[in-house]
Amino acid sequence: MNAVPISFYLVLSAVLFGLGVVAFVFKRNIITIFMAIELMLNAVNLAFVAFARAWNQLDGLVFVFFVIVVAAAEAAVGLAIAIALYQNRDSLNIERVNLLKF
Amino acid sequence: MPILDHLWIILALPLAGSALNGLLGKNWSKTVVNSVGIGSVSLAFLAVVELVREFAQLSAAQIPWVRNYFTWITAGTFRVDFSLRVDQLTIVMLLVVTFVSLLVHIYSTGYMAHEEGYYRFFSYLNLFVFFMLTLVLAANVVLMFVGWEGVGLCSYLLIGFWFLKQSAISAGKKAFITTRIGDFGFTVGILYLFWTFGSVDFEKVFAKAAEGTVGVGTLTVICLLLFAGAIGKSAQLPLYVWLPDAMEGPTPVSALIHAATMVTAGVYMVARMHPLFSRAPIAMFVVALVGALTAFYAATIGLVQTDIKKVLAYSTISQLGYMFLGCGVGAYAAGIFHLMTHAFFKGLLFLAAGSVIHAMAGEQDMRQMGGLRKEIPITYWTMFIATLAIAGIPGFAGFFSKDEILDAAGSGPHANLSLWLLGLIGAGLTSFYMFRLIFLTFFGKPRYDEHKVHVHESPRSMTVPLMILAFLSIFGGWFAAPHLLGKTDYFEAFLHPVFAAYAVQPGIEQGASLAGAAGEAGGISPNPAMELLHALTGPPVIVALIGLLVAWWFYIRRPDLPKKLAESLRGLYTLLLHKYYVDEIYAALIIRPLLWFSTNVLWHVVDEGVIDGTVNGVARVAREGGEQARELQSGNARSYATWVVIGAVGFTALMLGFWEVVR
Repeated sequence: MNAVPISFYLVLSAVLFGLGVVAFVFKRNIITIFMAIELMLNAVNLAFVAFARAWNQLDGLVFVFFVIVVAAAEAAVGLAIAIALYQNRDSLNIERVNLLKF
Repeated sequence: MPILDHLWIILALPLAGSALNGLLGKNWSKTVVNSVGIGSVSLAFLAVVELVREFAQLSAAQIPWVRNYFTWITAGTFRVDFSLRVDQLTIVMLLVVTFVSLLVHIYSTGYMAHEEGYYRFFSYLNLFVFFMLTLVLAANVVLMFVGWEGVGLCSYLLIGFWFLKQSAISAGKKAFITTRIGDFGFTVGILYLFWTFGSVDFEKVFAKAAEGTVGVGTLTVICLLLFAGAIGKSAQLPLYVWLPDAMEGPTPVSALIHAATMVTAGVYMVARMHPLFSRAPIAMFVVALVGALTAFYAATIGLVQTDIKKVLAYSTISQLGYMFLGCGVGAYAAGIFHLMTHAFFKGLLFLAAGSVIHAMAGEQDMRQMGGLRKEIPITYWTMFIATLAIAGIPGFAGFFSKDEILDAAGSGPHANLSLWLLGLIGAGLTSFYMFRLIFLTFFGKPRYDEHKVHVHESPRSMTVPLMILAFLSIFGGWFAAPHLLGKTDYFEAFLHPVFAAYAVQPGIEQGASLAGAAGEAGGISPNPAMELLHALTGPPVIVALIGLLVAWWFYIRRPDLPKKLAESLRGLYTLLLHKYYVDEIYAALIIRPLLWFSTNVLWHVVDEGVIDGTVNGVARVAREGGEQARELQSGNARSYATWVVIGAVGFTALMLGFWEVVR
């Protein structure tokens, strides 16, 4: 079987992660930022899976399951915060949430 | 032997009394405060009486009786035990201190009856007794120093007892700070003592001193340093200035602390340290010189004072001078004897003066008194007896002790004619100013407004102590009476083991005051009648009578004379009235420069500039750094996100060895 080399997966993972970071920093909409975080998590998952396959070990897969579970919990909490925010501010713009300072 | 093994009980009783009254007494009635205060001291007195009974059964080899309770400090070879010691000298001091304290406590219930802070007064007084007993019972120099400083503290607290009165506070501070100068010398002396002898324990130090391995120069320095402490505590030249001001305190305090007990601590210390002093002739001479000069000097100031308590204060300074003169010429027993009789008659004089002040509703100026003889007879008679005693009229306590001191100064082994002469003139002056006090206060016509001041005799609680002390002022000196007939002086003989144990050459040291015994041994045929006649017509008696007569002439016969004399000797009179301007000289030479230096250099430059500057500078750096750093906390979530990314990138770079590459 002509396997795809691991470097392909890793490059893809790095590109996805980079996109996530950029979106995380530059986007104003809280839902978009949220999606950026999910993107980064999944980019990391991809890297884990690739390594697990390359070295025939289960550790990476176990990690991925954990990340998926945490990401699900995070999505629940995060979306709840987004809803609460919208109810209070009538907006999802992160820049309007700036009371906690100095 | 219960008390001998449990000497600490004597200390614990007044301490417990002080703690009870001080911590709980605020809400107690006066009766309870009285019973705690007087009860603890009378129990302590009874314990001392029991101690004397047990002590009498000890064999000579068991004295000094030392009991070690626990080790207080150990550091290398330095070791201080909480150990107490009893010998004949301690017994005399214990009896005097507890008995006079007891009388003063009883007297105070009458005198302080209308004062605020009644419980506080008794608490301090008990605390004082505790520290004084510690001082007397201590078996090493450091523990003695604890008592020494403790009585100083109580003195401070009691002088400033009326702490709402500015003058009382200043007097308290003055007393504390002035004695501190002497105590500095005392502390250095203790250190030097330990350095030289390798121990602070009396027995070890004395034994080593008796070996004669320590040089005279070293001993002289140690003795002079220790004596500096005595100068401060016992108000001798040049540190006597605090004692007259200490009269701001309540009169019972003046009687107990500033006449009978605390101020004599210096004399006790010199007598206790006699094995060192006896081996340092120069130090001995300094002690005698300071004593004689003070005796004379303070007496001259006493001549013109008008405040009844101030006269007694200068008189106390003068009498303390006699005690040091006695110790300085090697007659330690005579010095201690005078300490004891002085405690009786001077305590009595102060208590009687308090009774006069009480009767006059607070008036202390003798010019506003007069003719009180018939109004307050008990006070008059007791005070008159005390005056006879202090003046040295034969038959009264002061005669015996003062005579012994002057005898030793005039003809003992360390005799010095000029010191003897100073003491003699001082004795004449003493007689004069004391009878002046009596004549001004009790004789002549009343000079107060009889309609305003209702003169009344003091209550029984005050007059009974007066009468007891009057009894002692007469008979307290009779232990020495057989000496006049060329026989044994019982007081001297009682203390003899203490002062003979480490004498330079056994026998010589005490030869001065055991003149009777020496006379017999020397082959001079002692004729009792001649001896008695000689003593009764000796110079001290003659000058005392002259003083009496002059006072009588000046203040009874020709009351206009003092004023005329003051006019004709204007300069001298003003000098004396202003106490030789010593307070002013000290203010100009020491206090004002010190105050200037403290204000302008230590306060404004060092404190405000350097210390405050450093502390405030550190605070300002922190505050301004914080001002800058808080800008990071912008509230903008995206900037936080950026920081997270920067941090993550930086950390990753570090992990990948980026740092190594850059380097």
